[in-house]
Amino acid sequence: MIRFIISKLGLLIPTFIGVTLIAFAFIRVLPGDPIELLAGERGVSPERHAELMALFGFDKPMWEQYIIFLGNILQGDLGQSFITKQPVLDEFLTRFPATVELALCAIIFATLIGLPAGIIAAVKRGSAFDHSLMGVSLAGYSMPIFWWGLLLIILFSSPDMLGWTPVSGRMSAMFWVEPTTGFMLIDTLFFSEEEGAFGSAIHHLILPTIVLGTIPMAVIARQTRSAMLEVLGEDYVRTARAKGLPVGRVIGLHALRNALITVVTVIGLQVGVLLAGAILTESIFSWPGIGKWMVDAIFRRDYFAVQGGLIMVAGIVMIVNLVVDFLYGLINPRILHTR
Amino acid sequence: MSELQAEVQNSTQQISPLRQQLKEFWFYFSENKGAVVGLFFFLFIVLVAILADVISPHAPIEQYREFILIPPAWQEGGNWSFILGTDAVGRDMLSRLIHGSRYSLYTGCIVIAVTLTIGVSLGLSAGFFRGWWEVILMRIMDIILAVPSLLMALVLVAVLGPGLENAMIAISVTYLPHYVRLSRASAVAENARDYVTASRVAGAGKLRLMFITILPNCMAPLIVQATLSFSSAILDAAALGFLGMGAQPPTPEWGTMLAEAREFITSAWWVVTFPGLAILLTVLAINLMGDGLRDALDPKMKRS
Amino acid sequence: MKKKLLTAVAGAGMALALSAGAQAKTLVFCSEGSPEGFNPSLFTAGTTFDASSRQVYNKLVEFERGTTKITPALAESWEVSSDGLEYTFKLRKGVKFHSNKAFTPSRDFNADDVVYSFKRQGDESHPYHKVSGGSYEYFQAMSMPDLIKDIVKVDDYTVKFVLTRPEAPMIANLAMDFASILSAEYADKMMDAGSPEKVDLEPIGTGPFKMVGYQKDAMIRFAAHEDYWAGKAPIDRLIFSITPDASVRYQKLKAGECHVMPYPNPADLEAMDSDPNINLMQQEGLNVGYLAYNTKMAPFDNPKVRKALNKAINKNAILDAVFQGAGKVAKNPIPPTIWSYNNATEDDSYDAAAAQKMLEEAGVSGLKTKIWAMPVQRPYNPNARRMAELIQADWAKIGVEAEIVSYEWGEYLKRSKAEDRDGAVLLGWTGDNGDPDNFLAVLLGCDAVGGSNRAQWCHKPFDDLVQKAKVTSDSAERTKLYEEAQLVFKEQAPWATIAHSVVFKPVRKEVKNFKIDPFGGHVFYGVDIE
Repeated sequence: MIRFIISKLGLLIPTFIGVTLIAFAFIRVLPGDPIELLAGERGVSPERHAELMALFGFDKPMWEQYIIFLGNILQGDLGQSFITKQPVLDEFLTRFPATVELALCAIIFATLIGLPAGIIAAVKRGSAFDHSLMGVSLAGYSMPIFWWGLLLIILFSSPDMLGWTPVSGRMSAMFWVEPTTGFMLIDTLFFSEEEGAFGSAIHHLILPTIVLGTIPMAVIARQTRSAMLEVLGEDYVRTARAKGLPVGRVIGLHALRNALITVVTVIGLQVGVLLAGAILTESIFSWPGIGKWMVDAIFRRDYFAVQGGLIMVAGIVMIVNLVVDFLYGLINPRILHTR
Repeated sequence: MSELQAEVQNSTQQISPLRQQLKEFWFYFSENKGAVVGLFFFLFIVLVAILADVISPHAPIEQYREFILIPPAWQEGGNWSFILGTDAVGRDMLSRLIHGSRYSLYTGCIVIAVTLTIGVSLGLSAGFFRGWWEVILMRIMDIILAVPSLLMALVLVAVLGPGLENAMIAISVTYLPHYVRLSRASAVAENARDYVTASRVAGAGKLRLMFITILPNCMAPLIVQATLSFSSAILDAAALGFLGMGAQPPTPEWGTMLAEAREFITSAWWVVTFPGLAILLTVLAINLMGDGLRDALDPKMKRS
Repeated sequence: MKKKLLTAVAGAGMALALSAGAQAKTLVFCSEGSPEGFNPSLFTAGTTFDASSRQVYNKLVEFERGTTKITPALAESWEVSSDGLEYTFKLRKGVKFHSNKAFTPSRDFNADDVVYSFKRQGDESHPYHKVSGGSYEYFQAMSMPDLIKDIVKVDDYTVKFVLTRPEAPMIANLAMDFASILSAEYADKMMDAGSPEKVDLEPIGTGPFKMVGYQKDAMIRFAAHEDYWAGKAPIDRLIFSITPDASVRYQKLKAGECHVMPYPNPADLEAMDSDPNINLMQQEGLNVGYLAYNTKMAPFDNPKVRKALNKAINKNAILDAVFQGAGKVAKNPIPPTIWSYNNATEDDSYDAAAAQKMLEEAGVSGLKTKIWAMPVQRPYNPNARRMAELIQADWAKIGVEAEIVSYEWGEYLKRSKAEDRDGAVLLGWTGDNGDPDNFLAVLLGCDAVGGSNRAQWCHKPFDDLVQKAKVTSDSAERTKLYEEAQLVFKEQAPWATIAHSVVFKPVRKEVKNFKIDPFGGHVFYGVDIE
């Protein structure tokens, strides 16, 4: 196991360095003069321009800039945001919990619905339920979620229609919840005196969770179903069934483990998908997480925020993948040996 | 479709007669009812795209200033010359949707063509030559995979400048790793097989070995992957358009149309609903087809 | 089932919250974006000023709410020396600063705070100069480093600004957001604590509201400053609910989740106007959108040619298509909300035939040129591309062939400054301090050629008038000079003045006494809610 992890880490480090190089290079070739953009119509004199270039370190040769940049990363310094003048790492970390909270809710939602649906569909293979589930899940898988979000807003949030759910944000403006953990559900439940804030937090989570959870739900349902079918087709299960053991027990005993493996794998594969989905979901619902932050940074040409954000996101994806590999190994030890 | 069949035929030629293969392919494919429906809907979209200029009632960027934001014909205030209504500057929704199909299919085709040729060449070369080349190449692919595809595409488009062509390039880059990995794995596996050794002994050149001996034998998973990419490319291009980084207005690209429609979500449902529906149906049709293809091409991969 | 339950829980929560909110008067403002920070001198965006200088801070002098008129604020009175080089301010006594968790003020506002606030920006050796990025763009842009020779504390309640040259707009400059007064005591304390950047993140000011908390990209919370020198604000709590999407802001406004929203979608204006719960306010913005010819390049060096091209542009069509009603035709280079706006100016009326004749008279035929269209939406021009297309079509009618070009925004700003630029450029300007000088000298003065004077226009009679006005402190005389300058401008036509945008502010009916700020900001002191 330790060797497995070390060998994985050995692959991770050069990849990470590659990511820093790419992020660094991307930002330097972004078109447009950042200083001119900052100044707008007002303009800036050539002297002031040079001063500012020096202030941001753009006047040094590329390789020197990269060395400094890499050195800073090792010290946990991702530079300062161009716009807010705050450390990029702080900017990232204050928004990250919002994204994690949303992504976790989406995965839980996807699993709660996708897993049982997949199991039932497999057990009742060929039934109307099976067929409709397959249809629905394929539709979910094909869903342009940015449109899906707008549609749900029209339907559920518009005061002219149902008006049940809030349109955007994490919390009603009526409440003030001091960010302790940054996870709104935890903060409102344990650290806040404001009554009703927890309800408001949940209320705000409903639509974004559904939107972000749609694709993973479809994937989980499909994968669970096919994994189940495989297990149900195996000799020992057939034997058990033939022996007259209750169907529920057979499924519970043998299928659950397989299903678990599926879910873990899917979650692992879905981290990237979720983060990509978060970009869209957060943009639609004005969710104050990193997805929206990155999009804003790209549009505002906040060079250092884009650069730092890319590195952080890539780092997180790599770590999650590592953890998933590890979990996968725990659940299914065979993997370790065959790799 | 004919292109796909041609590829199928290529991949299987050596083992059995073409006809038999096609028959078998169609047998498995048509067994999946959804796939057939998907196929027909897809053909319909292709037809619409080809005939866009002929069948669309208006020009897609023509602005009818007297008819701004009128609802679909069947609703009160509708007008039968604008069947699906008009948008904020009086352009006909139906015509825009019809023309939009071109951009989506075009995006899908280009992305597949680019990723297939580049990805497969790189992947085969990695699997064939091994050594440093393989290590470096695969590390680069890992790097691309480490960043969520949409984010990667967004940053790439920001660098290249917003626009549909650049969006296609960006999307292609993010899809490359899948092809490289797939074809490399196949090449490594096939390389050890007897028939490859045989042709090597017979004096076949490296290029010949790579593309003529090995490639046809790992075509099936690539084709399945290509269908998957086709639909995701359409989705991703629309997503980029939605974020303002894809096709630029007034191009009637579906995602861009949605982005423009956003301010009307409360006042004009049709400008929001139809472009999204078009994306969903097209992508769904392609995915249905993809399922059928997978079943037909590789019965082993068959899920149900 | 699950969802139903959740909705029920949440519903109960909302009801409770609303009843709790009723005790304290709370006003919610659906703001359009996150502030860059809370120190207005470091930034240039209006969104930032809304969240900082306009609620939390005071300046020495301020604009009377809803106007561009200057009134005393932290300075009770001021005197200008006869040579125009020394400005002496008498400061207000008994002004209290806010307090927060880390800081409780031990003294009232005094001259040290004024000196600190300006020295930090202007003096590179000041210990605070480099804190939080250390670039003070507005201070730079208003030429303060060249202008201010020294700032002297005469006594605790008297401060003297010594200038290098007479500058009549100085007082207006001091009413701008970058001139907000911060607490020197707070700054010292934070410096000792080793966290000087806190001054810019957790602001302490003398303003009507104190900042209580900020959740990034989500919410900013303010509370009324009980000891505010001009009396406590009528509302108790002020919340900025950050909502970047205009249609979402409208939904929240409709649902009563917020009371005031900026920047509505043009598409929603009609519905807002007919909504009985919403009061749709409007006013011309402090801006101008223009098309600047390159007056250094033939044949545009001939005023007659420029005049002819101006006459060929159908501005009303532009207002309909580009501004969709949210604009007004501009005839002067300054907006009508600025004092000294000359109503007597006569606009070049749209007349294609006359225009063509004028061109012929000037001996120009088969003219080919370029129209530069910027790639971004600006307050003074919501869609430059569309505007360019319309002008292109108008010019085609008089035989002028124009090609539309565009560059990436930063590039556009840079390239359009070039003195040998080919073609006319669409651009605009939003005023900073409500002074005519801020438009006329900055955009059309001889010093600005090759910079913000996009027309590259240096016309001696015009420049003399503007320079003279700059050193005259008598405002009646200045008004006269500027009025005359506008006539010269119109006759010479270095620009086609196109439009001033109209700013719309949907406000809920229960909000009382809200006034549109001509500077485009949002000032909530004095606003009440029922």
